[in-house]
Amino acid sequence: MEHSVQEVTFHHEPGGNEVVKKIIKTTVILSVITVIELGLGLAMYAFPMGEALKLFLKGAIVILSLAKAFYIVGVFMHLGDEIKNLIMTIVVPLMLFIWFIAAFLWDGASWKNLRNTYNGTPAAAPTEQHDSGKH
Amino acid sequence: MNLKTSNSMATAQAQMETKWWNGGRSPFNVEYGKLMMWYFLMSDAFTFGAFLISYGTIRFSQNYWPDPNVVFNAFPFAGHANLPLAFVSLMTFILIVSSVTMVLAVHAGHNMDKKGVVKWMIWTIIGGLAFLGCQAWEWTHLITGDHLVLMDGQVKELGTTVSMNPWGPAANVTGHEGHHVSTPGPVAFGGYFFGITGFHGFHVFSGVIINIVMLIMAMNGTFERRGHYLMIEKAGLYWHFVDLVWVFVFLCFYLI
Repeated sequence: MEHSVQEVTFHHEPGGNEVVKKIIKTTVILSVITVIELGLGLAMYAFPMGEALKLFLKGAIVILSLAKAFYIVGVFMHLGDEIKNLIMTIVVPLMLFIWFIAAFLWDGASWKNLRNTYNGTPAAAPTEQHDSGKH
Repeated sequence: MNLKTSNSMATAQAQMETKWWNGGRSPFNVEYGKLMMWYFLMSDAFTFGAFLISYGTIRFSQNYWPDPNVVFNAFPFAGHANLPLAFVSLMTFILIVSSVTMVLAVHAGHNMDKKGVVKWMIWTIIGGLAFLGCQAWEWTHLITGDHLVLMDGQVKELGTTVSMNPWGPAANVTGHEGHHVSTPGPVAFGGYFFGITGFHGFHVFSGVIINIVMLIMAMNGTFERRGHYLMIEKAGLYWHFVDLVWVFVFLCFYLI
C-alpha cells in the first residue's frame, strides 16, 4: 500500500534550504508576536487606562494569539500541506468553539449580573438586602 | 491558506488529477497513525478548551479577579524585584524554541539524516525539561510565597493553593513595616491555575517521555531500517500541540 501509491502531498526538496528558511521565518514571526503581546500586557499594568481601552487591548492580544496558533498549526504541524478534505475534517469540528466560548462566557457574565442584582451585594442592591438573601 | 508555497500549488494540481475516493488508496494521503494523531489532538483541543472556557465562565462571573501582572512578578534569584511576566516569557520562549528544534528534527527525518534527527531530538528534550523545571519553580514559588491576608479579623501569611487565594482586593489595614495586606480573592483562581497549567505540564511531561523513546529508536537505527521517519513526525505533531496549548494558557492566565 505504502509503495503502490506515489506520495503526493509531501515533496522532498534536495537541499531543503527553503524549508529551513520557512521555519526560521515562522520562528521570527512567533517571537515578534509574543513580544508585542507582552508589550500590550505590560502596558495595561504600567499605564492607568479606562476599561474600554483595556478591553480593546485584550481583544488585540486574543487576535495575535490566534495568529500564533495559525502559524504553529499551518507551518510547524504542516497542516497547510495536507489535502483539503483532511484539513476540513480537523477545522470544521473546531468551529464548535465559537458557540462554546460565546455561550459560556455570556452565561458567566449573566451569573455575575444576577448575583449583583438579587443576592444582596450592598453596592449593587442595598435595599434588597433583607428579603432576597440566601435561600 | 496563504501559507501554501508554490510547492503545494503543484500539489493542489496533482490532487485534482488524482481520483482520491476511487478506492485502492488512502483518500487523505496520510498514514493511518498520523491521521489518528490529528483526531486525537482535535479531541484533546476540546478537553483543554473545556477547561479554559470553564475558567473563563467563572472569571466572568466574579466582580474581582487578580491581575496577572501582580501575581506573576517573581524571577528566580531576583529576590523581591518586581518583574511582571518576565519568568513566564522565558518559559514561552523555551517552548517556542523547543518547537522549532522539533520541526528541524522532522525535517532531518525527511532527508533520512539520522545524525540530524538525533541532534535536534536531544535539543527538543532539553527544552521540554527546561520548561518543566521552570514550571516546578513557579508552582513552588506560588504555593510557598506567603502574602499578608486579612481573614476573620486577623492578618495571616498565606500562599496560593487550590483552597486559598491571597490575591484579593486590598484590605483597609496595613501590615507590620507597612506591608500590603489583601482580603482573600476568588478561591477558584488557584484551582484553575494549578489544574490547567498542571494538565498542560502533564502533556509536556508525556511529550518528553515520547521524545526520549523516539530518540532511543532513532539512535538504534529503527527508523533507518524502516526506511522512513514518520514516527518522528507523529511525535512532532504531539509536541507542537503542547506548544499550541501553551499559547492559549499563556493568553488566558498571564496576558489578559
